[in-house]
Amino acid sequence: MSALSLLWPALVAGMLVGAAAPAIGTFVVQKRLSLVGDGLGHIAFAGVAIGLWLGISPLAGALAVAALGGVGIDALRRRNPEEADMVLALFFYGSIATAVVVASLSGTFNVNLFGFLFGQVLTVTPAEMAAIGALALVILAGVAGLYRGLVAAAIDEEAAAVGGLPVRALNVGLMVLAGLTIAVGMQVVGILLVAAMMVIPVGVARNLVRSFRSTLVAASAVGAASAVAGIGIAWRADSAPSGTIVLVAVAAYALASGVRRARGALARRRAGEAA
Amino acid sequence: MSPAPDRRAALPGAASGASAGPALELRGVSFAYESGSILGGIDLRVAAGEFALLVGANGSGKTTLLRVAIGLLAPAAGEARLFGLPAGDLGARARLGYVPQRAAISPRVPATVLEVVAAGRAHSPYGFFRRADRAAAERALGRVGLARLSGRRIGELSGGQQQRVLIARALASDPALLVLDEPTAGVDRASQERFAEVLGALNRDGVTVFMVAHDLGAVAGSLTRVLALHQGHIDEVPVAEARERVGVFLEDHSG
Ligand SMILES: Nc1ncnc2c1ncn2[C@@H]1O[C@H](COP(=O)(O)OP(=O)(O)O)[C@@H](O)[C@H]1O
Ligand SMILES: [Mg+2]
Repeated sequence: MSALSLLWPALVAGMLVGAAAPAIGTFVVQKRLSLVGDGLGHIAFAGVAIGLWLGISPLAGALAVAALGGVGIDALRRRNPEEADMVLALFFYGSIATAVVVASLSGTFNVNLFGFLFGQVLTVTPAEMAAIGALALVILAGVAGLYRGLVAAAIDEEAAAVGGLPVRALNVGLMVLAGLTIAVGMQVVGILLVAAMMVIPVGVARNLVRSFRSTLVAASAVGAASAVAGIGIAWRADSAPSGTIVLVAVAAYALASGVRRARGALARRRAGEAA
Repeated sequence: MSPAPDRRAALPGAASGASAGPALELRGVSFAYESGSILGGIDLRVAAGEFALLVGANGSGKTTLLRVAIGLLAPAAGEARLFGLPAGDLGARARLGYVPQRAAISPRVPATVLEVVAAGRAHSPYGFFRRADRAAAERALGRVGLARLSGRRIGELSGGQQQRVLIARALASDPALLVLDEPTAGVDRASQERFAEVLGALNRDGVTVFMVAHDLGAVAGSLTRVLALHQGHIDEVPVAEARERVGVFLEDHSG
């Protein structure tokens, strides 16, 4: 009981981020942009450093920089598709370098910055939790509001464009939402692991269900459950919550791919018996 | 034909096929890849209600012409228009159904056949898919004989089945203009004939059809126009003359 009274802001924040990150991840993974989540994390790191330097909220810094970074990457990728991976690399490493330089100039190379690298969900205050929760709801509302467009573009971008969808605007919207997700998620699992929460639950869900809609819903459920279980285990075992949450998700992936294989073997055996 | 109120009905004049201009129009369109010129100043008008077939040798530029016509490729010179609007216009595109030559859907996409087909109805990005979308997608799958497979993952289907899914996707979008690029290449003969009937019926209901094929095949009876693409230019072939050559076309390709 006393643990719960201490942990509830962490659990609520973890659950909301755990649900929101894979909801965006379902679309990002589909576009073979898995690395973008990671890259936006790098970019958000620069935002945090700049935020700490300027004395504004690090979350605000990360939000602004990650959302702008998402839009910038998309624009540059489109202008020069052959150089896409170089564009990503420039953005990512440029951001880390910026973060390191800014942090050293401002003397914030300290616990503060490390907290953002590795997450600090157990120290989330109710006020921070409210901010995280509000942003997570914005992300989920964005996915719900643009569901038709995002799904059609994820399935077949060219067909979506031919059908009259503003595909470029949708891509920009998705990148902004991904930037938001990273900025919010870094509070819970840290910059280094936030992309994991966008990607791994989607892998779990893909092994278990068929449709896009079920994949999205199941991935969000897996993400939320991993966060809650991870925080609980971390509290008991006194381990780092961010790493524990992600390890729970990795375990879920192993389990899900086992289930998929077993199902496949069963179906083959049934088919063999029927023949 | 469709009980659900479709968007064509919502667009003034679309259901009757009447609109501000020809369904599809190329004005002096030229196009070149780095490897060389493909289209050399093509003028073409396909009026609402027509059933036009574009034939031509492999590599003559049929796919390129279609992609320019629907705004996927920008012409080097000239202009492509749909319903009297620039081909990139989102409103014009919402009235277009397109079946590409090859499926462009990654086998890894975790989407069901039904979801892929329903996505053809996403003319606006907002909100969720609705029961009417689902019903239209199921109807379209029935028309291509795939109703049974609606719950399967798209990646589990064979190439020929996926091609039929793309046809269903175009049908489900309630198009005023259907643009098809060799839609039945790699599809079995029975499906081809059933599909030709579906196209003929749609055309009689007022849907304009512009289709690329190697031969007149099963659609010969429905055609109002035959166009031959040759060395970057289009020749009109009188339909009666083209029909007489059906046998020749088929012999060349029945293998
Ligand atoms: N993306 C491309 N880049 C360069 N050349 C291309 C490209 N696509 C097609 N071509 C060339 O343009 C010519 C016309 O191709 P295409 O329009 O696909 O012909 P068709 O559909 O009539 O077979 C061919 O010689 C083909 O090799
Ligand atoms: Mg072709």
